[in-house]
Amino acid sequence: MIEFMKQPWPWYVAGPIIAFVYTLMVLFGKSFGISSTLRTACAIAGAGKKVKFFDFDWKAQIWNLMFVLGSVIGGFIATQYLSDGEPILLSPSTIESMQPFGLESYQTSIFPTELLSWDSLFTLRGFVVMVIGGLLIGFGTRYAGGCTSGHAISGLANLQLPSLIAVVGFFIGGLLVTHFVIPFLF
Amino acid sequence: MKYLKFILVGIVFGIMFTKAEIISWFRIYEMFRFESFHMYGVIGSAVFLSLISNQIIKNFKVKNLEGQVIEFPPKDKGIVRYIVGGTIFGMGWALTGACPGPLYTLVGAGAYMALVVIFFAIVGTWIYGVFKDKLPH
Repeated sequence: MIEFMKQPWPWYVAGPIIAFVYTLMVLFGKSFGISSTLRTACAIAGAGKKVKFFDFDWKAQIWNLMFVLGSVIGGFIATQYLSDGEPILLSPSTIESMQPFGLESYQTSIFPTELLSWDSLFTLRGFVVMVIGGLLIGFGTRYAGGCTSGHAISGLANLQLPSLIAVVGFFIGGLLVTHFVIPFLF
Repeated sequence: MKYLKFILVGIVFGIMFTKAEIISWFRIYEMFRFESFHMYGVIGSAVFLSLISNQIIKNFKVKNLEGQVIEFPPKDKGIVRYIVGGTIFGMGWALTGACPGPLYTLVGAGAYMALVVIFFAIVGTWIYGVFKDKLPH
């Protein structure tokens, strides 16, 4: 069983688990939306004193922070005890497209160590990925009122037109960056 | 103890995120290049099954653990905030290769630099809060 779990999980296992988690959160009387925790972090840091948007009782959001904490632990368990150490089976054309950028860590790591490292933070591309990327995620998700969990999963599953518009936006932004920024920046 | 169930569900979520490589920058990059079905299968099947579960909950007027009939509040109306905000978020998603969920899980998976991204995502959220009333929604 453990050996079986150590293999990469296919989409038809992952998708149903997401739907299961979504349903459990709804049954718990909560919602499924992870970017809200970023707003909660602002409130905890005291941003509510000056900005009304962050003036709310963040203690009512602790459940979501606990969910996120669990997902960190899950990432640790999967990496330490459920990893077979095999490289990600990316499509050959994806691998080929990365060669000019010198991204080779897909052979040994689930995340690109060339991009997410201290040394990289002081290079242009590392700065853009970690600092600008983070700012865009935080600003964009709150402006749009949700991220992948809140819009692409919860919103679409509830047939919400605003969520469909947001997801279209996600793809406009993602396609622009992937095809017109990454090839030149990297 | 009332939070234990959230931690446990989170653990399942984090393991799945990691084992299905959803936290991988490479998978997101591949998705935006339309070179693999993987991420589309994940999101598509998740939405489809969540939709069915929503319908069951609505039809049978299922109550949540707090004893209330479950309702699904509609999202606020609007277009600009969703298309503009969504596009900005999508740019960040493609750059970092992670949306907020995977960002947290990445830390557990050993990508400690994801903490830098999370920090700036919190700053980005704060910037939105400051300028919220001046932005078109």
